[in-house]
Amino acid sequence: MQPVPSASTTTTASPGLLDHPLHPWRSLAVLLLLAALPPVASALGEDFYVGLATRILIFALAATSLNLILGFGGMVSFGHAAFVGLGAYVVGILMQEGVTSAWIAWPAAIAAGALFALAVGAVSLRTRGVYFIMITLAFAQMLYYLMVSWKTWGGDDGLTLPGRSVLGAGVDLALDDRFYYVVLGLFALVFVGVQRLLDARFGHVLQALRENETRMGAIGFPVYRYQLVAFTLAGGLAGLAGALLANQSGFVSPALLQWNQSGLLLVMVILGGVGHLWGGFVGAAVFLLLEEVLSAYTIHWQFALGAVLLAVVLAAPRGLAGLSRRGARS
Amino acid sequence: MRTTTNAHPVADAAAPLLHVDGLVKRFGGLVATDRAALHVLPGELHALIGPNGAGKTTLIHQISGALAPDAGRIVFGGEDVTRVPMPRRVLRGLVRSYQITSVFARLSVRDNLALAVQARQGSSLRFWRPARAETDRYAEADAVAERVGLAARLHALAGALAHGEQRQLEVGLALATSPRLLLLDEPMAGMGPDESERMLALLQSLRGATTMLLVEHDMDAVFRLADRISVLVAGRVIACGAPGHIRNHPEVRRAYLGDELPTETEA
Amino acid sequence: MTGAGVLVLEQSLNGLQFGLMLFLLAAGLTLVFGIMDMINLAHGSLYMVGAYLIATAAAASGSFWIGLLAGVAGTALVGMLLEVTVLRRLYRRDHLSQVLGTFAILLMANEGVRMLWGSQPIALNPPASLAGPVELLPGFSYPAYRLLIIGVGLAVAALLYVLVTRTRLGMQVRAGASNREMARAMGVDVRRLFTAVFGLGAALCAVAGGMLGPLLAVQVGMGESILILAFVVIVIGGIGSIRGALFGALLVGVVDTAGRALIPLAFDRWLGADAAAGAGPALASILIYLLMAAVLFWKPRGLFPAHG
Repeated sequence: MQPVPSASTTTTASPGLLDHPLHPWRSLAVLLLLAALPPVASALGEDFYVGLATRILIFALAATSLNLILGFGGMVSFGHAAFVGLGAYVVGILMQEGVTSAWIAWPAAIAAGALFALAVGAVSLRTRGVYFIMITLAFAQMLYYLMVSWKTWGGDDGLTLPGRSVLGAGVDLALDDRFYYVVLGLFALVFVGVQRLLDARFGHVLQALRENETRMGAIGFPVYRYQLVAFTLAGGLAGLAGALLANQSGFVSPALLQWNQSGLLLVMVILGGVGHLWGGFVGAAVFLLLEEVLSAYTIHWQFALGAVLLAVVLAAPRGLAGLSRRGARS
Repeated sequence: MRTTTNAHPVADAAAPLLHVDGLVKRFGGLVATDRAALHVLPGELHALIGPNGAGKTTLIHQISGALAPDAGRIVFGGEDVTRVPMPRRVLRGLVRSYQITSVFARLSVRDNLALAVQARQGSSLRFWRPARAETDRYAEADAVAERVGLAARLHALAGALAHGEQRQLEVGLALATSPRLLLLDEPMAGMGPDESERMLALLQSLRGATTMLLVEHDMDAVFRLADRISVLVAGRVIACGAPGHIRNHPEVRRAYLGDELPTETEA
Repeated sequence: MTGAGVLVLEQSLNGLQFGLMLFLLAAGLTLVFGIMDMINLAHGSLYMVGAYLIATAAAASGSFWIGLLAGVAGTALVGMLLEVTVLRRLYRRDHLSQVLGTFAILLMANEGVRMLWGSQPIALNPPASLAGPVELLPGFSYPAYRLLIIGVGLAVAALLYVLVTRTRLGMQVRAGASNREMARAMGVDVRRLFTAVFGLGAALCAVAGGMLGPLLAVQVGMGESILILAFVVIVIGGIGSIRGALFGALLVGVVDTAGRALIPLAFDRWLGADAAAGAGPALASILIYLLMAAVLFWKPRGLFPAHG
């Protein structure tokens, strides 16, 4: 080989596909803006927006957990709502049984989401392409029908929560402002955690699996194992979102588990940016704000929403979702 | 009618690194691999040749672990790996490069190689520390890039490389896993004369240090590189030996209709 | 005839009836998926639109049959229009974009129907002559209308068979399903073929919608639940295969119908009323998903996969 000056490890290449920098100043700015919302809203007399923002953050959490496996891992799961709904049900059921402590219920919701994801993933990840999509959908539907039939926990009518989870330490979650800050704090924590994960070894492997799964197996990575771990993690995070959702709406029903809900989460991720760190947050915010704005204008806002979504899909020829592999033709 | 696989004329007491015995693979009524047997000695460059349709790809698939054989044994480094899944074979040092380039097109050459290094550097179930901080891993990736001649293209996206460079990366990915045996599936596929020369030089540079099983159609390259050659015809190895022995082997000449093998004067 | 025998026979016929209607939906879906490689979440919307158009036409003309004819034709037109204007642009996109795009159409269709017809379900009455039961065997009566559905289903299946195996269009469809590029290379006018296939699928949806309308409610969102079943059917049957769609649909139809009727009864008999109240219906509902999981476990590409 002719002598070539080798590239030293100190030369920094421009960030590639694997890198998802946090941009601390920008992120901090967003966090501060979000933290300033309750006092500002209160001053303007528009307390309603705190509730809306809470909902957005909760869905941002759910969408980010889906983005983890979809955008970064390339696994198109059409049953993600099941993990969210399961987390919500855990909180609801525990509360009905007299357990109101958030310190018990919320970790339980995370565990439930993670365990169910482990079970679903263990079976589903043996399939590929559209079969994967279908089988994840099927599992979610199974859970849905189970909860519909299970009259003890409300069946089709669902459960009404008597109140919000109890956090203790003088923080009353019944107050919307307090609840908002707790949700914001949790989302920020998860967000940073996901960012660190993506930049760590695991994140690199996950994204590489999305890029070329066959080659990853050929260079010695146990593909199934890493995908299952990612799937389980995402399920746990979704369970947390579900726990918060149950608290926010005060109501749990099988509708949370339906495939429309899974579709909704997918829409949020696709809108916000598949495989982008802020994708879940942006998607949830855009979607829910759009829903809010449009429903103020017309009772048939779903039509306008559909039209906007369709326009977005058609106008983005490079594909908002060109990054997805598992659900794509291969 | 069983054709015996020949003992190679060069006596060698070393135990084979790879030993394939009585391998059979059927696809419906078609017998793609018909009790194939071969062995690769440590440190040698062993070539596998055969006319089109002989079943070379199927055989390589079974050795690498992409296909499970219907019968027979594959012994690698003394261990029976016949039922071992591919990723585990890779971790034990049995690695393959592909005929159809399969790299991470949207990642840089360096990231491509770093992934291959990462595969055998312990668990990747690490969720907190940035992977980019592992400078020794990237240094190793850089070294492999140097070996395969891609040092100048370290930060280029793999998908943007020229075909020949991609084939170099293809070999590099396999090399970066520190293999004990490198299965090279037509590394020169689709290459022009200049690129082929470069690949040839690369493979020459690897000789001795890395044991290789090379599948190639380019007879010129095969006869220049190989220590020993196995000839696969209709799923069975009909001859095995040094290049000179193979060149003059009557059955081999018949299989190739005597056309493609370079004569003494051309070698 | 014994009580149990009547029950089994009745459920089998119900299952056959439902399965045949599922087949109509699944056939269109599997063709679109197999040939155009497109996931179409709006397929159920065509079923809904079909039911609504048929109900409206039947009410306006006073005749079920005229309504059926007019509604089917209308839905085929709607389907083809949709294909030409919007769906055509999604063929080349990845599945995720298709999911988003057709989901958007689903939302618009639901709301659009609500805007035109209101939120209340509308009535679709079976033909008066077939409103009563027919005695098939001594001691066993079965609704005449359901027999009609079975008849229509079988007739359409036979027609489809003839279309696919004996006509030029059918040959092109089969070629396209097994190898799109090859079909294109052989000069098949792919664009027109796609539009035709889509129109055919829409027509089939409409027939199913019209036939099932008198039994189930004609209401907004009626397409969603049956769409899922249709997807399950084509996954079980193998994507791109009409034969698979028929087999899968009959299997799903019978298992689902019989399961919903028989399992709660069996649980009630053997486990007592308490357990039956929850577990029976729950198990019956998830039965077909378990079936799908089982099929995929043994045959990851379905029972009769068309070659891609």
